[in-house]
Amino acid sequence: MNTSLSWIKAYVPELSCTAQEYTDAMTLSGTKVEGFVKQDADLEKIVVGQIESIEPHPDATKLVVCQVNVGTETVQIVTGAPNVKPGESGQKVVVVLDGGKVAGGHDGKMTPGGIQIKKGKLRGVESSGMMCSIEELGSSRELYPEAPEEGIYIFPEDAEVQVGEDAIHALGLDDVIFEYEITSNRVDCYSVLGIAREAAATFGKEFVPPIVTKTGNDEDANDYVKVTVKDPDLCTRYCARVVKNIKIGPSPKWMQRRLASNGIRPINNIVDITNYVMEEYGQPMHAYDYDTIAGHEIIVRRAEKDEKFVTLDGQERTMDENVLMICDGEKAVGIAGIMGGENSMITDQVKTMLFEAACFDGTNIRLSSKRVGLRTDASGKFEKGLDPNNAQAAIDRACQLVEELGAGEVVGGMVDIYTKKKEPVRVPFEPEKINALLGTEIPAEQMLGYFRKIDLEYDAKTNEVIAPTFRHDLFRTADLAEEVARFYGYDNIPTTLPTGEATTGKLSYKLRIEEIARNIAEFCGFSQGMTYSFESPKVFDKLLLAPDAPERQAITISNPLGEDFSIMRTISLNGMLTSLAFNYNHRNKNVRLYELGNIYIPKELPLKELPDERMQFTLGMYGEGDFFHMKGVVEEFFEKVGMRKKTQYDPKAGKPFLHPGRQANIIYDGQIVGYLGEIHPQVADNYGIGEKVYVAVLDMPYIVEAATFDRKYNGIARFPAVTRDLSMVVPKEILAGQIEAMIEQRGGKILESYQLFDIYEGAQIKPGYKSMAYSVVFRAKDKTLEEAEITAAMKKILNGLQSMGIELRQ
Amino acid sequence: MKDKLQAIKEEAMKQIQESDALDKLNDVRVAFLGKKGELTAVLKSMKDVAPEERPLVGQLVNETRASIEKFLDETKKNLEAKAREEQLAKEVIDVTLPAKKNNVGHRHPNTIALEEVERIFIGMGYEVVEGPEIEYDLYNFEKLNIPANHPAKDEQDTFYINKDIVLRTQTSPVQARVMEQGKLPIRMLAPGRVFRADEVDATHSPSFNQIEGLVIDKNITLADLKGTLEEFAKELFGTETKTKFRPHHFPFTEPSAEMDVSCFKCGGKGCRFCKGSGWIEILGCGMVHPHVLEMCGIDPEQYTGFAFGVGLERITLLKYEIDDMRLLYENDIRFLKQF
Repeated sequence: MNTSLSWIKAYVPELSCTAQEYTDAMTLSGTKVEGFVKQDADLEKIVVGQIESIEPHPDATKLVVCQVNVGTETVQIVTGAPNVKPGESGQKVVVVLDGGKVAGGHDGKMTPGGIQIKKGKLRGVESSGMMCSIEELGSSRELYPEAPEEGIYIFPEDAEVQVGEDAIHALGLDDVIFEYEITSNRVDCYSVLGIAREAAATFGKEFVPPIVTKTGNDEDANDYVKVTVKDPDLCTRYCARVVKNIKIGPSPKWMQRRLASNGIRPINNIVDITNYVMEEYGQPMHAYDYDTIAGHEIIVRRAEKDEKFVTLDGQERTMDENVLMICDGEKAVGIAGIMGGENSMITDQVKTMLFEAACFDGTNIRLSSKRVGLRTDASGKFEKGLDPNNAQAAIDRACQLVEELGAGEVVGGMVDIYTKKKEPVRVPFEPEKINALLGTEIPAEQMLGYFRKIDLEYDAKTNEVIAPTFRHDLFRTADLAEEVARFYGYDNIPTTLPTGEATTGKLSYKLRIEEIARNIAEFCGFSQGMTYSFESPKVFDKLLLAPDAPERQAITISNPLGEDFSIMRTISLNGMLTSLAFNYNHRNKNVRLYELGNIYIPKELPLKELPDERMQFTLGMYGEGDFFHMKGVVEEFFEKVGMRKKTQYDPKAGKPFLHPGRQANIIYDGQIVGYLGEIHPQVADNYGIGEKVYVAVLDMPYIVEAATFDRKYNGIARFPAVTRDLSMVVPKEILAGQIEAMIEQRGGKILESYQLFDIYEGAQIKPGYKSMAYSVVFRAKDKTLEEAEITAAMKKILNGLQSMGIELRQ
Repeated sequence: MKDKLQAIKEEAMKQIQESDALDKLNDVRVAFLGKKGELTAVLKSMKDVAPEERPLVGQLVNETRASIEKFLDETKKNLEAKAREEQLAKEVIDVTLPAKKNNVGHRHPNTIALEEVERIFIGMGYEVVEGPEIEYDLYNFEKLNIPANHPAKDEQDTFYINKDIVLRTQTSPVQARVMEQGKLPIRMLAPGRVFRADEVDATHSPSFNQIEGLVIDKNITLADLKGTLEEFAKELFGTETKTKFRPHHFPFTEPSAEMDVSCFKCGGKGCRFCKGSGWIEILGCGMVHPHVLEMCGIDPEQYTGFAFGVGLERITLLKYEIDDMRLLYENDIRFLKQF
């Protein structure tokens, strides 16, 4: 929403402030001014001049030499403008004097800071100042239709301008245009009057809205047209008036200027009046050529499915049964609230017209506008939900302007279909509750004063505040409290801290575990990444997942930004690999990243209830480090979150995206809690990473369950430990994990720890075997171990190992 | 005998004096004081001394021994000190050679900013809680006073899974979920990922993070809201920070406000950073709408509360002067390493 300062001042005549003061005060009282443009910011020393004579230029055929009276003197100006010719004189023009400034070139391009005009010679002839085109003044023909397509601006002959006076003022370019951010609850402020009312209240000045008097002749519009509303839910009010003997012509300059300042192109008096009232009252209106209305009857009904209709922009559009149409006795003549039809539009030949000011259901207009694919100024206003009581005010104002401007003869009376009248809302006035909510001690009388300023009445008998129907945001005490707060000033409300029962500030248990995950990852050299939750369904192929892989059961977004963002991820690796690839492509070396982010596992598809959101702790790296470094990070993390049991690794993880011989499920306490491995070279290729990539993914819900912050001191051993070495020749397929499981199982209570210290394959070892050596440590808590006990334990272990086909080396 | 002892002493002293290394010194000790040393030999020959003279000779021997030992110790200390010094001199290093680092990883700037916000509010007694990212329309909209067909629900803003389930557009549904549990008073902070249908560019992302705060108790006022957020702004941006509250509209709060903070670059004088205004818009807030309380089973006659929502990325970008939001999701290690 935009307004010019001058238009606001028309209704708040006492308003006197700078553009900045206006911006600040309005913003603090709730009408946020996003910014303002001083139209004359780059215009200096520009006056109305009158051409006294035009001579040809002695040395240039395209230039002329003009003598121009600028009030204080007559100056000589050389111009190439095609719309002044030798021999002519008397035109009133816009002259920028020597040393003055214009806003841009005549091609319409603006120069920030303006262009300074200096005295000089053009092809040898002295020229002082310049006659300006409308573009050089920073405006356009759109807004000044009387300006020529090419050439300087020449005031129309009937323009009441004096030679020597400020031309910027004469053109109405000495205005400030404010741009507002109007919140959706304040539909009334999508109008100049609504904003002016707020401005008056904000600055404590009188609000003077236009006085609309009775208009029309002795006839009755009801004798001209019959209106039937078939869907009163979608059209809560339909007002129609008739104007005959129309005289199409330009609207007056003041109206053109105001429309122009709101960015609306002046067209003719009738169109301009409807646009003017739409801006002024916030009520869109439409004018139909009465003689095209078959049967002189208007029917408001829903469209039929696939009904076709040509709007006044000449486009054929397709409706459905939710779109509301304005029809005559035979055919549709407009899409309600969006755009009228070509078949009933006003032309220069119009004799009689039908004015429509209606109130349509905002939601329906919004949805229809989307269905039809057409959004207009009118639909933009309707979709916010308008006040039906404003429709009549607006149509009467429009008829008043028709009379004032002599644009036609207004027929008396109004056709009004208004079945369910909107009544003002009455809210009990509870000043003590308002103060309790705000933390203030504002006297009741002061509150009522604020209400009066914005047309909220007070009924002393019932102790109720009456909200006018144009305010559909006032229903209860909290709403009134906001009105009080914004005029009392948010700045003036004290600042306190909540009192009352103390509460404990803390992170949830899950978040504490995640914090440890971050710490461990970072200690191990991994930096934190963040990736999107949605991705392309193509990632499944990229990750070599089978056509029936459960990961492919992903939740689809019904209105995604594109296929690349269309499914909710069921696996966290794509984000990680994409980020690693980004780094690889930028030649970053030794990259280690981690992410903590959710995957979304649907319980069933299509989704009926919320999916299982599973936090994944994903680690990925390339460069230095290998599988076992990654494994180390996992175990460091487990240790830190109190997961002290032995973690198992099952190489049969079956992950197609991992190297078949370098992958493992991570098993804790019998539960698969994640996996790790080297990325399959094919997958690395798919992502364009030319190095070995290692990843680990931990499913945090399991971790959170297994983790504990309980710690108990176990004592420090006081008796000596005994170490025995085990040197073995092991069949290749036997895993270290199996050997360790045997050592643990057979070692008994005195087994303290064991450590692999050598592993070797190759010469000296028979084919199909590997050499492995462990040192095993025994210790008792309560005594020094005796040789016999150790020998017995070792024997058990050895027997177990031999049963697995392992040979002992002596 | 006496002369002999004197000669031994002098010889010992001389040899000690001449010792220039600890092992040599030890040789001297063994030569004189060891089991087969000269002084020991004298002691052994005591049996040849007349019994009446033995005490005297014994005393002499002990005195000699004591003086040799004393000199030995002193010399040993000196030699040790000298050896230590030599060793230290040899071990001098060039301290300006490169450090050997552990290459600790770096936290995402979003997380650093979030942790700072969390720390401030945990200190004020807020519990950090979470809620689902894929959320029922009911919690994301309806319970927050955004009924069906409200423009905010428009498809162009919200990602829909189906008509009942959406990608949450705000962290506010966590408010409704916590209120529904009915444990009062409430002081909570809900950070998390939210989604809006915005194309990716320097200032937009279809996925970003919000931090929602909620306080529900008896006698909570707009003044409390102002006080709390003012405190927050000072903690986060520095004690000099000023705040400005502007009326605004949110469906789930009434009255509502937006909070600006004085530009921490220029201190409010106006600069490129704050587009010359001296203020930076930072968050939306307000008193919880009584209808929202009702819908969540809390009696608005007894309880009031306030809520606020901050865009985490907004804080991150401002605080670290990051000029392009896309950097936050590319995970370029050269970017991450700067935090």
